[in-house]
Amino acid sequence: MAAATPRIIVVGGGLAGLAAVIKIAEAGGKVDLFSIVPVKRSHSVCAQGGINAAKDLKGEGDTVLKHFDDTIYGGDFLANQTPVKNMTAQGPAIIDLLDRMGVPFNRTPEGLLDFRRFGGTLYQRTAFAGATTGQQLLYALDEQVRRHESEGKVTKYEGWEFLSAVLDSKGAARGIVAMDLRTMETRTFPADAIIICTGGNGAIFGKSTNSVVCTGSAQSALYQQGAFYANGEFIQVHPTAIPGEDKLRLMSESARGEGGRVWVPRDRNDKRVARSIPEADRYYFLEERYPKYGNLVPRDIATREIFKIVYEDNMGIDGQPMVYLDLTHLPKERLHKLEGILEIYEKFVGDDPREVPMKIFPGMHYTMGGLWVDFNQQTNIPGVFAAGEADYSIHGANRLGANSLLSCIYGGFVAGPQAMAYASSLPAQEGDGGHAAELQRQKEKNGLLLNNPGTENPFKIWRELGETMTKHATIVRYNAGLEEADAKLVELLDRYRNVNLSDKSQWANTSFAFTRQLYNMIELARVIVHGARLRDESRGAHYKPDFPNRDDEKFLKTTKAAFVDGAPAISFEEVDISHIKPRPRVYTSS
Amino acid sequence: MAQSTIKVEIKRQSTPDAPSTTEKFEIPYRPGMNITSLLGEIALNPVDVSGKATTPVTYDSNCLEEICGSCAMLINGKARMACSALVDKLEQPITLAPLSKFPVVRDLAVDRSVLFENLKKVKAWVPIDGSYDLGSGPRQAPQIQEQRYPLSNCISCTICMEVCPQFNDVTGFVGAATIAQTKLFNMDPSGSVLKEERLRALAGDGGIQECSFSQNCVQACPKQLPLTEAISDMGRDVFIQQVKDLFAR
Repeated sequence: MAAATPRIIVVGGGLAGLAAVIKIAEAGGKVDLFSIVPVKRSHSVCAQGGINAAKDLKGEGDTVLKHFDDTIYGGDFLANQTPVKNMTAQGPAIIDLLDRMGVPFNRTPEGLLDFRRFGGTLYQRTAFAGATTGQQLLYALDEQVRRHESEGKVTKYEGWEFLSAVLDSKGAARGIVAMDLRTMETRTFPADAIIICTGGNGAIFGKSTNSVVCTGSAQSALYQQGAFYANGEFIQVHPTAIPGEDKLRLMSESARGEGGRVWVPRDRNDKRVARSIPEADRYYFLEERYPKYGNLVPRDIATREIFKIVYEDNMGIDGQPMVYLDLTHLPKERLHKLEGILEIYEKFVGDDPREVPMKIFPGMHYTMGGLWVDFNQQTNIPGVFAAGEADYSIHGANRLGANSLLSCIYGGFVAGPQAMAYASSLPAQEGDGGHAAELQRQKEKNGLLLNNPGTENPFKIWRELGETMTKHATIVRYNAGLEEADAKLVELLDRYRNVNLSDKSQWANTSFAFTRQLYNMIELARVIVHGARLRDESRGAHYKPDFPNRDDEKFLKTTKAAFVDGAPAISFEEVDISHIKPRPRVYTSS
Repeated sequence: MAQSTIKVEIKRQSTPDAPSTTEKFEIPYRPGMNITSLLGEIALNPVDVSGKATTPVTYDSNCLEEICGSCAMLINGKARMACSALVDKLEQPITLAPLSKFPVVRDLAVDRSVLFENLKKVKAWVPIDGSYDLGSGPRQAPQIQEQRYPLSNCISCTICMEVCPQFNDVTGFVGAATIAQTKLFNMDPSGSVLKEERLRALAGDGGIQECSFSQNCVQACPKQLPLTEAISDMGRDVFIQQVKDLFAR
């Protein structure tokens, strides 16, 4: 038997990680929490619009089963249904808990929680705190974890980066190797189980709505250690982002939830100022093409429509890849609920979106795929669990807006207790459990990088990676393009061997840490490209014009990538459809 | 503003104990650049204006949309977030330096963990019974939410502390951010159970009394928190608590 008090390592301090930490601390476990940034600065902070739960406080007859069905249907039936059913069932209790933690959710006049409508549903099911809901939720969990920390139940390792899992002779997790991003010390930490909550992989696409830390490096490292990576090809491109020099800034779906409208001038040569263009000369293409859901069609559909308007119909504003997202008609009290995002637009673009329609374009946003997990959030490596955006469950081929915050908390709430249960029946490790060997392997990697006499600049390799992936593996995919992308990735891996660090120092060396992540990004990019190449159908966010239809017979299956002989080996697994029979996904009419 | 290059001068320091130096760069101009994209350009081609090879600049950043609170630094002498500082709106040469009131880690990165320690001192949390399902939370009038939400927008950037004349080693002042969080949790129906403990933590040396009402904090806060209002409300509550405690002895 293991020690009386299980010792769990949680990697990543966003919503999923903090949720897991809270459950473990409450159950009497010891937690070591690792995060690259202070956990309060994690990427969950960027979520804007809200969190879904079928509380039915608007008298619409919403139920958890409808939330369940919307999620499965929105995900084009690719998600395993049992965990989604469990998540939607727990939704209302999770909202209540967040409310009790002090999240300043918007209120109705009676003092109850207010709800707004989001994409892919006809119900007002989204609880929100202005337009900064992720920030507010992250802070609430951060505060609870700080409380547990002050009581000695949690030890934070902020400014430490996960490098790999320590696996024993039977292949079970016995700890992790991590690197202190200040002293650059690399060492191992023992644990009975580890939970990976390291978010998405936007950095693989260069520019995305993700934060700087969202590289997918930890997931990739585990994939290279034998974990399956599932549904990698399913990447959500958010329909409304602000194009930027350094990143694409999200313009929340709540803008449309509160009544924002997407349009372009009917005449592509119309040079008039947006607000002076009369209604009759505006093409509200989402509303005309999808009368029932209007501007709130699921994200994959809105994104493709905007892409088509720009690149097939040549109707982008002033010939540029941009369409209007218009809030100027909204009453003040509605705009007030969107202050957080209006400020972002104002600060970064310089125009006031209350007066001038915003100019937006789709941007890489969310990683539906991730580490393969069973229904208890455990990967195929014993003792390695995963939760949140880092795992593949819940969202299938397309995530519905405001389901991510829920899935993060749900995943953490399952993974925490499951890791505890696993740890309490874990036999004692033999020898050192593999610690010395794994530490040696990681130190050798560090040494190779620091002493490499090559000529390649890692940031240039990253730029090429991002351009390749954005071009071939986002909104529209062709097999020829995907093959070209994979050839490029192989070339980048080759050039990586020749990488030269301009900074070889051993103190707070951020480019060294980045260059380690970069390798993992390229390996994970290959998983995305291979999965997309083999999936000859269109489903949710994965769209191939040469295979425009969903093909349930061949591809109602989870893609599983294994790292074999230095390359992704893809296999397919049946999807759990035990509750809802797959049906065609049609949002055009009632 | 048509121009081909951007002139930048960056105060650099390789370790906490090393002397600081200033490096000058000229970066190719592109429209819409901010300070973080400018630092990214230096990483891509770490060569100073004289053609001498140097290293990428170390700085904290994450979300790049002014919500994570990471990238606070001195830009043209002013404490602000690097991601929302647009090059087109800055006078050149642009000077970048680390925040001056916190220990430098390297270059523009500083150690701001003191804020998180302060949040522990005032117990900035709601002491819930547990994370299991206990039903809905207390009802709350929208007017209360309207007061709490702006305080909860604090991104822990520490700019309010940087610009405060009283935030220094002599006073040990906790700073405006922590005081605002005290108000936030004292206003919460369940959080208010710790109200007295929080107020006592703000009394005495380094507490709220150190504030000199310079109002720098409220002017510099990138998220427009009502900091001076929070300080004056908490100042009053701390005083009342001290009087109560005096008579309760």
